[in-house]
Amino acid sequence: MSTVEERVKKIVCEQLGVKESEVQNTSSFVEDLGADSLDTVELVMALEEEFETEIPDEEAEKLASVQDAIDYIVAHT
Amino acid sequence: MSLEGKTALVTGATRGIGKAVARALADQGATVVGTATSAAGAESISADLKAAGAKGFGIVMNVAEPDSIDAGLKEVTEKAGVPVILVNNAGITRDNLLMRLKDDDWSSVIETNLSSVYRTSKAVLRGMAKARWGRVINISSVVAGMGNPGQANYCAAKAGVEGFTRSLAKEMSNRGITANCVAPGFIDTDMTRKLDDKQREAMMEVIPAGRLGEPEEVAAVVAFLASEAAGYVTGETIHVNGGMYMG
Repeated sequence: MSTVEERVKKIVCEQLGVKESEVQNTSSFVEDLGADSLDTVELVMALEEEFETEIPDEEAEKLASVQDAIDYIVAHT
Repeated sequence: MSLEGKTALVTGATRGIGKAVARALADQGATVVGTATSAAGAESISADLKAAGAKGFGIVMNVAEPDSIDAGLKEVTEKAGVPVILVNNAGITRDNLLMRLKDDDWSSVIETNLSSVYRTSKAVLRGMAKARWGRVINISSVVAGMGNPGQANYCAAKAGVEGFTRSLAKEMSNRGITANCVAPGFIDTDMTRKLDDKQREAMMEVIPAGRLGEPEEVAAVVAFLASEAAGYVTGETIHVNGGMYMG
């Protein structure tokens, strides 16, 4: 079973079309990985599906980096 | 055929324009799921597609009810896969002069003709975004642009659909998803058969083509917008009205 970190990074790669080597924990979705507003919506939806959870809009807005997403998932699943 | 392997959802497909659209998309090779408000309607859609040797079937779905849309989409996805072509055709009229229009006439037309388009579109968008391909085609009406006495509710809903479509087009273009409207004029369907002779005569005077349109003539434009060839057409309203109104 993969760790939360591995699963989050895999989804980030799939959704944003970036290589695994480009994705660091500190990477910002928008600034480092080139996500636009629609990408971030899709990314959150993909995370919700993978981890079978619901991320409220006000929480989703705060998820700016890979580490933010990992922390959120760990705390809420 | 160009739509082979793709699933299309057509609302209000038992008769008129919806029925012709279902057939036209099926002719292009799509698997077509048509919606009806009754079980008998759904069966007639299945029978019609089967008789044409086409892939697809009818389901019961009431676009005025959010729960029914959720259940319908679940059924479509389970039986035919994620729809990547959505044709919002289902609609009603509750005509009356504004001074006599009831709240219920207003809200039922807005719910069925406008809110339904928001709900079905939202429900299919995710699948289309994943597929990086999608077509949302909304059936508007010539009266959205022209206005029509006795149809303030219907005109408001249809004009709303056109504005909605333009926003959707801008939001989703970079995912290979297009959103367009087709605005029919007077087409020979049950909706226009309700008119009396005097109304029909008056209509003919404003239609340069001098005749009503056929449902198939609307369906042909929908089929084009659904095709690969129309990939760069988005946010557009195409009029099919024999020249009575040109926007």
